[in-house]
Amino acid sequence: MGELFRAVFAIAGKDLRVEVRSRTAMVSALAFAALVLVIFNFARDAGSVSREALAPSVLWITFTFSGMIALNRSFALERENAALDGLLMAPVSRTALFLGKYLANLAFVFMVEAVTLPLFVLFFGADLSGILGGLVLTMVLATAGFVAIGTLFSAIAVRTRFAELMLPLLILPFLIPPVIGAVQVTSRLLAGRPTSEILGWLKILALYDLVFVTVCLLLFTPLMDE
Amino acid sequence: MVGPNGAGKSTLLRLLAGLARPSAGSIALDGVPLTSNPALRRSIGLLSHQSHLYDDLSAIENLAFAARLHRLAGDPTGMARRRLAALGLTERLDEPIRNLSRGTVQRLAIARALLHGPRLLLLDEPFTGLDPAAADQVSDLLRSERRTGKGLVLVSHDVHESWELATHLHILVRGSWVIDEPRTGSLEEFLRRYREVLRG
Repeated sequence: MGELFRAVFAIAGKDLRVEVRSRTAMVSALAFAALVLVIFNFARDAGSVSREALAPSVLWITFTFSGMIALNRSFALERENAALDGLLMAPVSRTALFLGKYLANLAFVFMVEAVTLPLFVLFFGADLSGILGGLVLTMVLATAGFVAIGTLFSAIAVRTRFAELMLPLLILPFLIPPVIGAVQVTSRLLAGRPTSEILGWLKILALYDLVFVTVCLLLFTPLMDE
Repeated sequence: MVGPNGAGKSTLLRLLAGLARPSAGSIALDGVPLTSNPALRRSIGLLSHQSHLYDDLSAIENLAFAARLHRLAGDPTGMARRRLAALGLTERLDEPIRNLSRGTVQRLAIARALLHGPRLLLLDEPFTGLDPAAADQVSDLLRSERRTGKGLVLVSHDVHESWELATHLHILVRGSWVIDEPRTGSLEEFLRRYREVLRG
């Protein structure tokens, strides 16, 4: 078990170090997030759609698409110089490889979300006082499953010619449930609804995480050995 | 192992490394099929056309990462420095490798392939991009690896550079052996036969 976690942390640490050096995905994801928020803010017809009604959907669309930019980078960096072959030849289990990538992607997407959230408050004037804990919990639950699927499909897409195009096509259908759940929770949190109205959606998000993290973990090994 | 372009030399190395699956037959090391025992991967070192290195990491970081993956005992950074020094690499070790020359990256890739002390070394064009001094250094290193009883499968178009390292000679054409024999004759004799094979 200790060996597994040492390999997991080595892979995750390497991914984060590469990203800190290049800043390719981080800068792209943050620029994209800022642009989406600006566009939605100014494109909204103030007479027909209130900011409060639109805010939850915009927040999760921004998180989803900027997260996807981050996930695209995950295995793309292994394509340079065929570094993936080096990983596959190491005496490291595919489970460790998946978990290492997953951990790095989680850290990365959380970073993007953490920077995007203040921008969201700025553009949409959302009052997060008193609901920040609930919102962070929602972000954790919705992101955990989304990133697991993104990590798996990033490994599939990187072997295709149009990896950047393939990844959104592959993962978007799987993201519908967590995005719906997260939007529902966020809108109720922003409207100050009671916890009993939110709990059901949080359970659905947690179940989704459990199922998809497990499925992705199980599918990753045969996929990499193919 | 030599052969014309497209003969299947690199594919054969990928198969031997366990990175590709044969459409028929199986590959075993000491009688153990490669696919059934992932720990066997520890016994193989591969140098391919690609360096397996990360452009944004330094030479030290790349090798230290490989040392961690292979669970080598001791300080990974110190080990990386020692391995690089053995190949004459002592400068610019902390710069991202995207700033380094082709020859330096090639030596780094060789150091990475040898890092974990594999029993079988698969080397695809190890002398590419190296100046004569560096090529001699790599030759010496490979010779000393061979003396310690390690197996070497060396693919090279540079027959002159590889000749002294060879104990067996193979010419591969369109996936089949045309010559597969121990080294007995002279280099000139082998080159003459190789040219005949290339001419068809």
